[in-house]
Amino acid sequence: MMFDPYVLRKDFPMIANGIKMQGHPLIWLDNASTTFKPYPVIKAVERYYYEETSNSHRGDYDLCFKMDQEVERTRETVAAFIGAKRPEEIVFTSGTTSSLNLLAFGYASKYLKPGDEILLTEAEHASNVLPWYKVKEMTGCEVNFIPLTEEGRLTVENVRKSLTEKTKIVSIAEVTNVLAYSAPIKEIAKICHENGILLAVDGAQSVPHKKTDVADSDVDFLSFSGHKLCGPTGIGVLYGKYSLLEKMDPFMTGGGNNAKFDMCGDASFLAPPMRFEAGTQNLEGIIGLRAAIEYLQKIGMEEIEEYEKSLKKYAVEQIEKTGNAIIYNHDSEGPIVTFNVKDVFAQDAATFFNSRGIAVRSGQHCAKILMDFLGTVATVRASFYFYTTKEDIDALADAIAHGKEFLDAYF
Amino acid sequence: MPTFELDPMMMREIIMDHYANPRHFGVPAKPEEYEKVHADSDNCIDDFDLYLKYENGKVTDAMFNGVACTISKASTDILCDLLIGKDKEKAFYIIDQFLAMIAEKPYDQEALDEALAFKNTGRQAGRIHCATMGWTAMAEMLKKEDK
Repeated sequence: MMFDPYVLRKDFPMIANGIKMQGHPLIWLDNASTTFKPYPVIKAVERYYYEETSNSHRGDYDLCFKMDQEVERTRETVAAFIGAKRPEEIVFTSGTTSSLNLLAFGYASKYLKPGDEILLTEAEHASNVLPWYKVKEMTGCEVNFIPLTEEGRLTVENVRKSLTEKTKIVSIAEVTNVLAYSAPIKEIAKICHENGILLAVDGAQSVPHKKTDVADSDVDFLSFSGHKLCGPTGIGVLYGKYSLLEKMDPFMTGGGNNAKFDMCGDASFLAPPMRFEAGTQNLEGIIGLRAAIEYLQKIGMEEIEEYEKSLKKYAVEQIEKTGNAIIYNHDSEGPIVTFNVKDVFAQDAATFFNSRGIAVRSGQHCAKILMDFLGTVATVRASFYFYTTKEDIDALADAIAHGKEFLDAYF
Repeated sequence: MPTFELDPMMMREIIMDHYANPRHFGVPAKPEEYEKVHADSDNCIDDFDLYLKYENGKVTDAMFNGVACTISKASTDILCDLLIGKDKEKAFYIIDQFLAMIAEKPYDQEALDEALAFKNTGRQAGRIHCATMGWTAMAEMLKKEDK
């Protein structure tokens, strides 16, 4: 299939139906936050409610049996999509935040001891920082930060220099959510493993945009969300190497994750991944997630990555051309441009863009630590997906060029 | 005072003036003489302390300090202008008029003076909190003065 964003846009009702914001055609440049859903995903979710409603692993009738199959088929689809060796390495969660918390509470809080160390970077999303702070509170371990280069990049060299005898877990984003630098996770995994350290990767901003192959990169854990890759909200994945998942405790217990229990307080838990999936799962989400992944696979992750690279380059050029913006991440790999309009506070710029129908994110992007690093209290983030067009970016550049009129949003 | 009819140019100038040259931004020289309250926001960078000095039945000074966007900084600075010299009853009246204006309800224009520049904030729903947070925090402090 020839990659054509204009054809693909017809699959998205939020675009095809001409949704407006502030009286202008909606220009969605907040894809790092969430993405639009194509008809096949919406129809799959709808089908669950119209034709296939049932719980999973609960009954002896056909619909329920079929639902179990749907869940397991999705596990297989996800496993193939990220290169996992077996579907049992795919745990369904509510999203990246939930995946990282499961890992922190189920694994790290169980095994880490006082004096042990977890290494992060200053560019991490709050969801890849705060759970580790909880682990620190619970175990007495330390949480330290691997320094970034001056532009904000994580290098193998800096990882190597930061590892100590105490380091037990390194947890980093493959692509960071504000600056969108891509970390060399395969090399990082290698040096982590040479030192007996586990590598956990936050894939929220990478899995939707490029080919992922956990067998090749050899990362130990990978977390990502469905809604950032055209899937429903409230569904996500924790991938873990099976031998590690086997050592991990559930974060939640209840129906569906125990093999048996008695009133003397003894319970034995199921094997992964069911051990981590107590309670009724987000079944519409699981079905929608598979539809989303199949949709992306049909387009091709390489095609998506290549197109988004060209968009990023185009956006940087067009924004530079206005002479009215400061860009903080010219050279980063991910489809995100983080900037400020000259002399306009980030939130005010975002409101001005809103008045022109353009959705961007302003503020600290849940990466408060990074803002200290950038030396600015807030930025504007425009983030793209494969359905973003050059025209969308032109509209943004035009708004930036008129940035001095930002108060017009109120008049 | 004549009825205030502001055109967009004047509104812009008022907001930019109070943003670029706030009169009441900073920490008071003698903070111990002031009531203090913190205000911040979930959806904007706004994060500041407000100071209020109330003596002999009147607001004698009002200040604020911290990080603030254009809308919150300008609106809070104008608020300080309006409150200084007022007794509590008048101060509450002004704050109520402002909150009514932002909520697009009937209000007394004459009480608001330069704060009328914010009358269209409701068009940008995401920013209502920026425009009002200084005002609601100040009202909270004034209520404390009741004790």
